[in-house]
Amino acid sequence: MFKIVEKRQLSENIFEMKIAAERVARAAQPGQFVIVRVKEGGERIPLTIADYDVEAGTVTIVTQTIGMSTRKICALEVGEYLADFAGPLGRPSEFVHMPLEELKQRKYLFVAGGVGTAPVYPQVKWLHEHGVTADVIIGAKTKDLLIYIDEMSKVGRVHIATDDGSEGYHGMVTGLMKELIEVEGRKYDECVCIGPMIMMKFVCLTTKPWELQTTVSLNALMVDGTGMCGACRVSVGGKTLFTCVDGPEFDGHQVDFDEAMRRQAMYKNQERIANEEHKCNCYGK
Amino acid sequence: MANKIPRVAVREQDPKLRAANFEEVCYGYNEEEALLEASRCLNCKNPRCVAACPVNIHIPDFIHHLTEGNIRAAADTIHLDSSLPSICGRVCPQESQCEGSCVLGIKGEAVAIGKLERFVGDWALEHSDEVEAPVIEFNGKRVAVVGSGPAGLACASDLAKLGYKVDVFEALHRLGGVLSYGIPEFRLPKDRVVAREINEVKKLGVRFETDVIIGRTMTIDSLLDEEGYDAVFVGSGAGLPRFMGIEGENLNGVLSANEFLTRVNLMGAWDPEHSDTPVYVGRKVVVVGGGNVAMDAVRTAKRLGAEAVIVYRRGEAELPARKEEVHHAKEEGIEFRMLTNPTHIIGTEDGWVKGINCIEMELGEPDASGRRSPVEKAGSDFVIDCDVVIMALGTSPNPLIASTTSGLNINRRGCIEANEMGATSREGVFAGGDAVTGAATVILAMGAGRKAAKAIDEYLKTK
Repeated sequence: MFKIVEKRQLSENIFEMKIAAERVARAAQPGQFVIVRVKEGGERIPLTIADYDVEAGTVTIVTQTIGMSTRKICALEVGEYLADFAGPLGRPSEFVHMPLEELKQRKYLFVAGGVGTAPVYPQVKWLHEHGVTADVIIGAKTKDLLIYIDEMSKVGRVHIATDDGSEGYHGMVTGLMKELIEVEGRKYDECVCIGPMIMMKFVCLTTKPWELQTTVSLNALMVDGTGMCGACRVSVGGKTLFTCVDGPEFDGHQVDFDEAMRRQAMYKNQERIANEEHKCNCYGK
Repeated sequence: MANKIPRVAVREQDPKLRAANFEEVCYGYNEEEALLEASRCLNCKNPRCVAACPVNIHIPDFIHHLTEGNIRAAADTIHLDSSLPSICGRVCPQESQCEGSCVLGIKGEAVAIGKLERFVGDWALEHSDEVEAPVIEFNGKRVAVVGSGPAGLACASDLAKLGYKVDVFEALHRLGGVLSYGIPEFRLPKDRVVAREINEVKKLGVRFETDVIIGRTMTIDSLLDEEGYDAVFVGSGAGLPRFMGIEGENLNGVLSANEFLTRVNLMGAWDPEHSDTPVYVGRKVVVVGGGNVAMDAVRTAKRLGAEAVIVYRRGEAELPARKEEVHHAKEEGIEFRMLTNPTHIIGTEDGWVKGINCIEMELGEPDASGRRSPVEKAGSDFVIDCDVVIMALGTSPNPLIASTTSGLNINRRGCIEANEMGATSREGVFAGGDAVTGAATVILAMGAGRKAAKAIDEYLKTK
C-alpha cells in the first residue's frame, strides 16, 4: 500500500499526487514510469513520473481522468492509499548516460503537450541541475489546461502555445516550433516531445525535414510493464519493440505512429462500456 | 494381489459444463478413493518413481502411510522434499516422471501418484492449523530471493527451515509467479491452493514484498552491497514472450499467450464483476502453439465464450503439452488443426484481425530435438477466419536482471549461466528455474530452488 501524501488539482481533470514510495523515489530517473493499481481488482496502468524526491521518499504522478481507472485514482484523497505503485520502469532518458562535457554542448528543445508536460519536467529539471538549460514549448488547447508553467519556468526557458490563443503563441506547438527554428533561427541538437500520440506524430513530421533528432515517449497500453505481456508492442524502424522495456523513449522518426494509435484504441469499446455501466455517484470510488 | 485393482478413476467436472466456467476441472480423490488407489502401490525395493521425480519425493513411503490411513505422516514425508504438493500434484507432468516409470505401468496402469500427492497436499492445507509453526533459530544470515514463483518459493522455504532470514521480492502485485499469472484457475485454483501454499511458506518466517522489480526498483548489486544480504537467489523465470515475426502480427487482436493469460488470471478479467481489466476474444480465437501454455490459452478462450482452435505445425504425437491437457481440451470442444503453420495474419481495413493464413505441413526428417521437422506443402495455403490470434510460442528470460548485475554471465539464449547447484559467475549470486533453463516446468524450477538453497547454505557456512 502506498500512501498519498499530497494532492493538487492542476486543471479541471488533471491531478497531481505525491506518493510515499521510498524505493521508487531513490531509483527513479528522468524518462521512466510507474505502474499503478488503485485497489484490489483494479487495472495496472502505466503513469509517467513527474518528479521524485529522494529525501522525502516521494514520487509525483500527474493523472488526467480519461478512463475508469484514472478517474478512480484521481478520486483518492490525501491519507488514502494506492494498492500498488511499482517502478521505476522503462529505460531512463539517453542523456542521463551521456558524458557531462558532451552534454553541456548540446541544445535541447522540449515539446510538451497537455498532461505530457508532467514527464517533461523531470527531464528539463535534471538537465538544468547538470548545467544545461533547455527551451521548452508547452502546448494545450486553452490556457486553463496548461500545467506546470511555474515549475518549468524555474528550470527551463518556457514558450507557451494554445490552440485558441488564450495564452502565448496562437496555434499548435508545431507552429511555435517553426517560429523558433525557422524565423528566429534557433539551433537544436535534439528535440524531445511528449504528449498525445497525434501531437508526437506531427512534431516528428515537422522535425524530419530539419533532420532534427527527435525523441518521443510513448504511452502504449500495458499490463505488467516489465516485458512480460507484449501488449505495448510498437514498430520502430520496421522492428517490433516493447515500449515498457525497450522504451518508453524512441527515435520519433522511426516510430509507426498510425499503428501505435490504432493499438492504443484496442480496448476502447470495452472501456466505453465500462464507463457507461459505471453511473453511480461515487465518482469512481 | 494389490495390483489387480484397476487405477481409481478421478472425478472430473462435466466437459460441457466446465467449458463455460472457471471452476477446477479435476475434483481429485476423496479419502476413500485415495486409500484404495494407494493400496495399488507395490512399495518397490528400488523405487523407480523416486529417481524419476525431480525433487526425489519418497513416493512409496508417503503412499505406504496413506494405506495405513496416516495422512499426517504421508504429508510429513512429502514435505521433506517438496513444499508445494498441492500445486505439483496438479501441474506436474507425472506421466513422464514418477508415473512414467512406475512398474505397474509396464503391463497395466501406473499408480496415480500425482492425484495421491494432490490429495495429501490438499489435506495438509485443510489441516494446517493443527500444526504449530516451527520455532526456527535465526542463524544471523540474510538471503534475498528474486521472484515468488516455484523456484523462489522452494528456495525460500528450505533456507528458512535452516535458520536464514529470507526476503522474497516479487515484481508483480500478486505472489506466485507463473502459478498466479500463467496457469489458469480451472487447473490451479488461486485462493484455495496457490495462496494457501504460499501461506505455509510465510509461516516459516519468510517475508514477501510485492511491487519490487529487481533490476529497476533495486538491483542485485544493491541487495548485496547496500541492503546487507549475504546471498541472492534469482528465480525470476522466463517471462518474455516470443512472436513469429510474420506479417500482421501487430494487428489489433493479436496477442501473446502471456498477455492473454495475465489479463485473465492475474488481473481476473474472467470475472468482470470484480475486475476492471478488459479482455477481448471476439467470436473465434486461433491459438498458435502446442505446449501447455497453448492449451491453457485455448481452453481459457473457450470459457470466455469464443470458438477456439489450436494451430500447430507438427503432428498430434509431437504436441509438447501434457496428454491430460490435450485430452481435456478435446473433451471441451477445442478444435485441433495439426500440421498447420501460419504464414501471415489478415487484417480489416481499420487494422483488426479477420483471419489467419496458414499452410499445411508434412513431417520430414528428425531435427536436432529428435522430433520430425515439419516441411511446408507447396500450394496448400488456406485461411481460418478469426477475430483474435494468440501466440503461444514459448518465452525467454527477462534481460532486466542480467543487464543490471555486474559480473553475471548469461548464455546466448539470454539465460543466466549457473552450475548444477545454481552457483552463477557472480559470487554470492545463485540462480535456478526458468531464468536458467528457459521455459520448463514447475517441478524442475522447484528442484533447482531446493538445490540452490543447499548450495547457498554451504556457501554461507564457509564464508
